[in-house]
Amino acid sequence: MAQAIHDRGGWPTDEPIDMTEHGLADWELLMDAIVGALGARGVMNVDELRRGIESMDPTAYEAASYYERWLFAVETILAEKGVVTPDELEEQLR
Amino acid sequence: MSGGFTPGDKVRVSDRTHPGHHRTPGYLKGKTGTIERVHERFSNPETRAYGEDGRPAQRLYLVGFELPEIWSEYRGATDDRLAADVFEHWLEPAP
Repeated sequence: MAQAIHDRGGWPTDEPIDMTEHGLADWELLMDAIVGALGARGVMNVDELRRGIESMDPTAYEAASYYERWLFAVETILAEKGVVTPDELEEQLR
Repeated sequence: MSGGFTPGDKVRVSDRTHPGHHRTPGYLKGKTGTIERVHERFSNPETRAYGEDGRPAQRLYLVGFELPEIWSEYRGATDDRLAADVFEHWLEPAP
């Protein structure tokens, strides 16, 4: 089995590593807080979060930022648990 | 399953595949290192990732690896090392 997209230690690359600091957007801070709250309330844990991230389509994974991956994982896990449905999320975005 | 390692023991990281969530990095699978520290037992992320309670807790070890063991083409100092936390059920005794 090929290594999963997240398991990339030792992958060859000629790309420079971006070491620049960057600020966090408000939604990213909120994303962090939501995951903390979900953990504190026992709704989902960090291992589930990671499993959700690892379940991303490889192309989407590469394109996503750090907290976009968290958002994907929270949506995935909460939908799996029946806490929210994809339709409910879609409704809120209209 | 083996276990009960102590500092200085040689161990090999299992090269088995595991399609589910696990914390053993692919680049360490099949590699041999040395137990450097015995950590506590921690709930198992491999089952917690699926909503279970992670019991029984699994012993975690700090394992040291020589870099040329991990990457054969490594050209840095020959005594450069990498330390990684690896759960007991991924470790086997090595000769």
